[in-house]
Amino acid sequence: MVNLPTRKVIVALVILIAALALVPISGDKYWIKLVTRMLVLGIFAMSLDILVGYTGLVSFGHAAFFGLAGYVVHLISPEDEAVNMLWALPLCLMVTAVTAAAIGALCVRTRGIYFIMVTLAFAQMLFYLFHDSDFAGGSDGAYVYVKPVLTLGQWLIVDLGGQATLYFVSLASLVAIYILLVIVMRSPFGKVIQGIKINEHRMQALGYNVYLYKLVSFTLAGTLAGFAGFLFASIDGFVSPELLGWQESGTALVMVILGGMGTLFGPVLGAIALLGVEELFRDRALFGFMASHWQILMGAFVIAVVLFFNNGLGGLLLSLAGRRKGER
Amino acid sequence: MDWLFLLIQTLNGIQYGLLLFLIASGLTLVFGIMGIINLAHGSFYMIGAYLAFSFTQMTGSLPLAIILGIPVTLVLGLVIEKFFIVHLYHRDHLQQVLLTFGLILIFNELQLIIWGGDPNGVPIPQALSGSVPISDTLSYPVYRIFLSVACLVIAGLLAFVIQKTRLGMRVRAGASNREMTETLGINIRLLYAVVFSVGVTLAGVAGMLAAPVETVYPGMGEQILIISFVVVVIGGIGSVKGAFLGALAIGLVDVYGQVYLPEIASVAVYALMAAVLLWRPAGLFGRS
Repeated sequence: MVNLPTRKVIVALVILIAALALVPISGDKYWIKLVTRMLVLGIFAMSLDILVGYTGLVSFGHAAFFGLAGYVVHLISPEDEAVNMLWALPLCLMVTAVTAAAIGALCVRTRGIYFIMVTLAFAQMLFYLFHDSDFAGGSDGAYVYVKPVLTLGQWLIVDLGGQATLYFVSLASLVAIYILLVIVMRSPFGKVIQGIKINEHRMQALGYNVYLYKLVSFTLAGTLAGFAGFLFASIDGFVSPELLGWQESGTALVMVILGGMGTLFGPVLGAIALLGVEELFRDRALFGFMASHWQILMGAFVIAVVLFFNNGLGGLLLSLAGRRKGER
Repeated sequence: MDWLFLLIQTLNGIQYGLLLFLIASGLTLVFGIMGIINLAHGSFYMIGAYLAFSFTQMTGSLPLAIILGIPVTLVLGLVIEKFFIVHLYHRDHLQQVLLTFGLILIFNELQLIIWGGDPNGVPIPQALSGSVPISDTLSYPVYRIFLSVACLVIAGLLAFVIQKTRLGMRVRAGASNREMTETLGINIRLLYAVVFSVGVTLAGVAGMLAAPVETVYPGMGEQILIISFVVVVIGGIGSVKGAFLGALAIGLVDVYGQVYLPEIASVAVYALMAAVLLWRPAGLFGRS
């Protein structure tokens, strides 16, 4: 059951990654930024797949950790100086991990529809915390004036302020996290959480501490969402409460479904496709008047995906690669 | 003097709680009977408020606006059920969440196209615009009392229909065993359409009644949806009685929180939810 992509899929993914690595050569700032957003949201969607596709937990509050990490970057960045990733990134991940563990400890006690509602409610709680607060710019959002850098002693190794650098860091992180998660899912831990997805009571009867496994999975997913949030804050240098909002969480779920849940690489394709579709809908030349009301088109698109396209792009790719449908 | 102030806040809390009950009862009924989690429920509250706004402008009277608005929400509910919700009955919660999420995106944008992004207000009807003096300096608006009474009447009606009528019997039968109810010759499709449409209308009426005391603004649906989720989770999903108690508890906690502990008011309701879930993971009256 543990899903390792077939050789054909791996070849396709390697070609895709190679093609993505060429994007900065174009030098077009708009495109580089767009694809960077695709990659970072790809990491975010992939982290949600751990819950939705592997543990069977439908979280509707995943953006809380994504946005929280963005705000941590804002809060620890001095106004006129870059913060050093060497300690900023671990701190960011730690804050999101602790928050995810605390929220997860409560949420994981619940099941099914309760879990959906409770994760949503806690995410909204964090949303209002930043929305109504004075310490982080309130509803207007806040800036990260100088983007994080990685310095070791005297040497400047990575400067996320550079557009191409940020792009390659995002791409490398995406590949690294994908490989990490494939390893995790093939480990005994990964097999247990997939067992929980299929039949929780049986796993319990086998003597596994189901609660603990789900909590660890929730925390891992939240922490990786935090990693994506860290990178996202460096794209525009701007964070707003909307990053934690239910709309962001919903969009991430759409990416997972569109890409095909339980495949890890699928949600990344989903993120790329969804942002691509959004660009398309916003194109005045194509959609005229509707372009300024592209949310209607997006809503219709989401509904169409749910009704007609349930296996997602990842499923399509797997079945093209010679696998029968329904068999993962 | 202090206890009079407390009394007013308590009345406000009860009024807010009763309003929440109207919205949450639709949400919990639709889930309990049809097994559907409907994120777009908040949108119907928003649509109700905007309908009240437009119809009041047209006719100059809120009661007339409500009478005109109710059929619109009933039909809207039937249409949404017929074209979208029908496809969700045999699907899992994830797909229900996403489809209704898509509906929210559409409703929100349609609202912007039709009514624009500015906040609006609806005047309180002349007959209900006074206030009842409580002491020399404090008084309580008549409309809020009317609002509470109206919500209580609707809640009573709802309880009566569910507990005492033939329709209610079918609804309860459908909730406890769908296949068996169908076998007995009851048209469950029709029943679902009715339940969904009534749920939409309850949210719509809540929006219409609330329009004069709350601002009518674009994001009002989401804000109330999340709070309604909290209410439903506290009460136990599918339980109308639970939704009633949950709504009153949330109403009071929210209002007291804003008065006595404004710094943590927005977090207080979620803390209450967390506490209830620690004690009973399926809510007060939920079947886990």
